Amino acid sequence: MRVVSAVIALVIACVAQPAALRAQQQSGGAARSARDRSPIDLTGYWVSYVTENWRYRMVTPAKGEYRRIPASRAALPIINSWDPAADERAGNQCKSYGAGNIMSVPGRLHITWQDADTLRIETDAGTQTRLFHFSPRAASSRSSQSLPSWQGDSAATWEPAPGGGGSLRVVTSNLRAGYLRKNGVPYSERTTVTEHFDVAPLADGGKLLLATTIVEDPEYLTGPYIVSPHFKKEPNGSKWDPTPCSSTW
Amino acid sequence: MLIHVVVRRALFAMVLVAFAASRASAQFEFVGSWAPLGTEDVQNDSVPVDYLGLALTDEARIRALSYDESQKSMIERQCAGWGAAYLVLGPFGLRVSSQTDPATNRVVSYTIGAWEDWNEMVIWMDDRARPSEHALHTQAGFTVGRWEGGALAARTTHVKAGFIRKTGVPLTDQATIDWRVFRHGDILTILMVATDPVYLVEPEIVSKSFRLSARPLDYSAGCVTGYEGHEPGDTVPHFAPDRNPFADEFVKLYHLPKEAVLGYPETLYPEYRKKIKDAYVPPPPCTESCGAAGNFVLRR
Repeated sequence: MRVVSAVIALVIACVAQPAALRAQQQSGGAARSARDRSPIDLTGYWVSYVTENWRYRMVTPAKGEYRRIPASRAALPIINSWDPAADERAGNQCKSYGAGNIMSVPGRLHITWQDADTLRIETDAGTQTRLFHFSPRAASSRSSQSLPSWQGDSAATWEPAPGGGGSLRVVTSNLRAGYLRKNGVPYSERTTVTEHFDVAPLADGGKLLLATTIVEDPEYLTGPYIVSPHFKKEPNGSKWDPTPCSSTW
Repeated sequence: MLIHVVVRRALFAMVLVAFAASRASAQFEFVGSWAPLGTEDVQNDSVPVDYLGLALTDEARIRALSYDESQKSMIERQCAGWGAAYLVLGPFGLRVSSQTDPATNRVVSYTIGAWEDWNEMVIWMDDRARPSEHALHTQAGFTVGRWEGGALAARTTHVKAGFIRKTGVPLTDQATIDWRVFRHGDILTILMVATDPVYLVEPEIVSKSFRLSARPLDYSAGCVTGYEGHEPGDTVPHFAPDRNPFADEFVKLYHLPKEAVLGYPETLYPEYRKKIKDAYVPPPPCTESCGAAGNFVLRR
């Protein structure tokens, strides 16, 4: 009889545990902070591993080349009149380091929790800081009050997977107009950037961070521009090397 | 007594079913047609000597430099196709179907349909054992998958020796490829991590995104061989590695550093960008014979 009871208990545990987990996940875990609810750990140092779009990311392509970006007709005059020296003079040297492109800029990320409901991403390339707000109130009030900026206002949500793990979704708006590519392919202030952050293990014990980035701009794009730069986890910040924005390099 | 036995067995079966369901149930719908987006560039223009974004061994580099793309015009090689990695390197979309066990209705496998120059890939989802290492190696290889952390995780082994780039960069039959498939709404992203103990110093990591297509993709055109200037029995076209006439073409076309074009590992990290900062001069704007999107087409 004891065996039967034990088996019944085990069955109940198997069936009930995922259901309870799902319910908790769906309710948003009422009093639990975003940090406590995180289904994946993104914190630490990460380095760009540039295997894709190398020619557009590691060096500055020729003026006028916008291949693989669905640039609209309205974007062409801007593309063809790109003047990096003028950007530098106007204090716009960070135009290619905005949220629309920053994850594709080769460099390192340092991801930490600024507080229990705000994830902070710093980049050493261009010394930018992004804040991902999990509290909807914080994100929307920032958006309605603040001026457009290179990194805009980002609202973040966890997307937990059944059985553990999951993904981070971030929607960024209120952006200052910037470049999708170093050579002046533009995005406007009306741009929305939606990102999905996923992690994957490597066979050698390492970890990869994948940032699927969807840029939508009704002004300068004819459709979504989607890229998925990836990063390798580093054990510490010993290679962290902050460098200022540059419009020529 | 008999009732106890029956109850125990029934409960044991329930435990097995609950355990199996928690491990194997799909975490998103993978089946469907997924159109390519074309926003990420891995193979550039298929310029003959282009190993950008790869971390190659010296042996791989020498073999790649000996490759002549005219090999593909030999009738016996025209339809040889490309290996599993071409799933994320090629320009095509995905047509994914599933096969179920009629008794349990559970997914046994997913099949990614073939293209003109790529064989279909089957991802076995039933925890089946891998065949012996001496079993047949094929272009698609042998792939086993499982659901993990919201993604479809799979590993391909038993690939046939071939290429990881159409530019002749080789891959051995000892290579393994790990896949992760993520779905976010209508966007599917496939992450490939290819390792090769002979030809890759570091894994080749490529991710490619696709968009759910309302219309089925049609890749029904098969490969048809034809005479392309080579007779059966002709010598296989190749170059002496140090005399490849295309070795500098990509370098000159885009003002790229030669070590990057030749796939040296350090060129994949941000430090390299800083290293070439003062030496690099961007190419001038294209003024004639430019293709769409202002790209250069002044080749050969």
